Amino acid sequence: MSTPARRRLMRDFRRLQEDPPAGVSGAPTDNNIMLWNAVIFGPSDTPFEDGTFKLTIEFTEEYPNKPPTVRFVSKMYHPNVYADGSICLDILQNRWSPTYDVSAILTSIQSLLHDPNPNSPANNEAAQKYRENRREYEKKVAQIVQQSWEEEDDDD
Amino acid sequence: MDLDDDILYEDDSGNESSENGDDQFMEMNMEPESSSSQKRDEVDDFQFEILTPDKIVSHMVDCIKEVNAVVEIPATTTRILLNHFRWDKEKLMERYYDGDQDKLFTEAHVISPHRSIVSKPKKTTRQTAAASSAEVTCEICFLSLPSKGLTGLECGHKFCTLCWTEYLTTKIMDEGMGQTISCAAHKCDILVDDATVMSLIRDPRVKLKYQHLITNSFVECNRLMRWCPAPDCGNAVKVAYSDAKPALCSCGHRFCFACGENWHEPVRCVWLKKWIRKCDDDSETSNWIAANTKECPKCRITIEKDGGCNHMICKNQNCKADFCWVCLGPWEPHGSSWYNCNRFDEDDAKKARDNQELSRSMLQRYLFYCNRYMNHMQSLKFEHKLYASIKVKMEEMQQHNMSWIEVQFLHKAVDVLCQCRQTLMFTYVFAFYLKKNNQSIIFEDNQKDLENSTETLSEFLERDITSELLVDIKQKVQDKYRYCESRRKVLLDHVYEGYDKDWWEYIDI
Repeated sequence: MSTPARRRLMRDFRRLQEDPPAGVSGAPTDNNIMLWNAVIFGPSDTPFEDGTFKLTIEFTEEYPNKPPTVRFVSKMYHPNVYADGSICLDILQNRWSPTYDVSAILTSIQSLLHDPNPNSPANNEAAQKYRENRREYEKKVAQIVQQSWEEEDDDD
Repeated sequence: MDLDDDILYEDDSGNESSENGDDQFMEMNMEPESSSSQKRDEVDDFQFEILTPDKIVSHMVDCIKEVNAVVEIPATTTRILLNHFRWDKEKLMERYYDGDQDKLFTEAHVISPHRSIVSKPKKTTRQTAAASSAEVTCEICFLSLPSKGLTGLECGHKFCTLCWTEYLTTKIMDEGMGQTISCAAHKCDILVDDATVMSLIRDPRVKLKYQHLITNSFVECNRLMRWCPAPDCGNAVKVAYSDAKPALCSCGHRFCFACGENWHEPVRCVWLKKWIRKCDDDSETSNWIAANTKECPKCRITIEKDGGCNHMICKNQNCKADFCWVCLGPWEPHGSSWYNCNRFDEDDAKKARDNQELSRSMLQRYLFYCNRYMNHMQSLKFEHKLYASIKVKMEEMQQHNMSWIEVQFLHKAVDVLCQCRQTLMFTYVFAFYLKKNNQSIIFEDNQKDLENSTETLSEFLERDITSELLVDIKQKVQDKYRYCESRRKVLLDHVYEGYDKDWWEYIDI
């Protein structure tokens, strides 16, 4: 069945393939265009460098007028990511605009890894460490970067 | 623009009182009356107008027209500006002519209509800019369309009409947004005006909801308007100046304009609000706990005693303190003969007991006032039913050689009875927060008097009316309701005089 949301997602996919942004990738799951799997590579010059973080993106029929639900599947340690992997990011909530597409969402999350916002913490411990003890924060992040590779091995 | 001055004048919602009101005030001043009765007259003169949903819309349109006649900018822009200033026309005019207009428009999230050249549309992403003038990509659905199929606001962001419609529908139907929908573009906060919305939305259901949202924000934002709080009433009340005065909607509901509660003379809005909160929340539960339980002196856990033995061992596994229920001191000194509780006057124990006493008396005080408040409320409900029984009686009397005009006193009597009940009800809220002083004693005497006479009137109307001679009863009822009326006035005047002269002191609760 073709609906405006599904047609738009097909176009999102085509644009993502034609003009892939650096360091992110995503594709719909095999039998459901409303559910996508995505990967964000940890941006270089950040503690997340070389990590491969998996996410799921779940769309509703209201897309693109309503934002999708984006969640990290890989374990994440970041001031703005909740324990269940959901993300506290303004453009995924009140600052959403229907002009955003999948590649815009993924690149925004990628830049969130770069620039956490410790003032609206979803993970208090991470936010505190980020502010007060950067070494400790980086150590914790290094652990989850390590874990992200191991998960990959499990999949193979 | 062709404007009907009369209409504009009528709908003037400025915050000065109308000329009419001034005249009356002048007249009142000339009458040789005491200051308090003057005050009461003013209360009765509180001017308001009931607006039906249709009238609300036309009033809104008139407001816009009126401002437009001066500022001469598109009506839809004026609406956004007015909404930004909470429909305060004077404030808008002041800012419009005194200050930085560009800043004003930015604050209100509109593009200045004076800007002659519309700022160039910002091409946000990818090939769009390179696309030929004939075909443009809609940034929402990513389809290439002929450029005339795209539309947008003054900010220059253009999308296809289908996407616009979908976007607006979602905002209106799912998020209940009306006045505050912004352009769909990334980080653009320019507001969508109502003309654009109405031209893009086809579905009548969505249109209707949008109109509701707009009128609602008009009434809610407007200091001089308030929705009638009665259930299923769609009217709004418009006043000349905002004050805690009674407004009577055409649906029959009388309410306080300032707080929207039922008209609550003589108590003030703040105290009534406190009272309602107190009655609603479970603060009394905690009072009960304080009055009927004690705290373990060691771990402070709440204990309700359920056995006779006064040797308490705290059940809190981390505490297990031994103490005496009577004096709350440790158990050891009591030994086997605790009846000679020698620690009885120890400071700590005394304090604990005092606290408990205090909670207990506070609870009793609250229950005293609450009981009476609730009782009058209940009576008021019953007495509203009297209107039906009185009607039967009035017909019966007319068959006994009394004219229609002669039997109207009964209706008036029930009116007075209900008024007195309502006043009495709220006097208990007033009294609850009142500190005792000489004036409060006078107030209580007034209250007692009014209560007494109201009860008698109620008795007449409920019982005696069926048993006694019609002529006798007329005399009796008329005397009584006149007395009630005058006592009510005396009580209210006294309270208002107290407000004026700062007689009332309040307790801290």
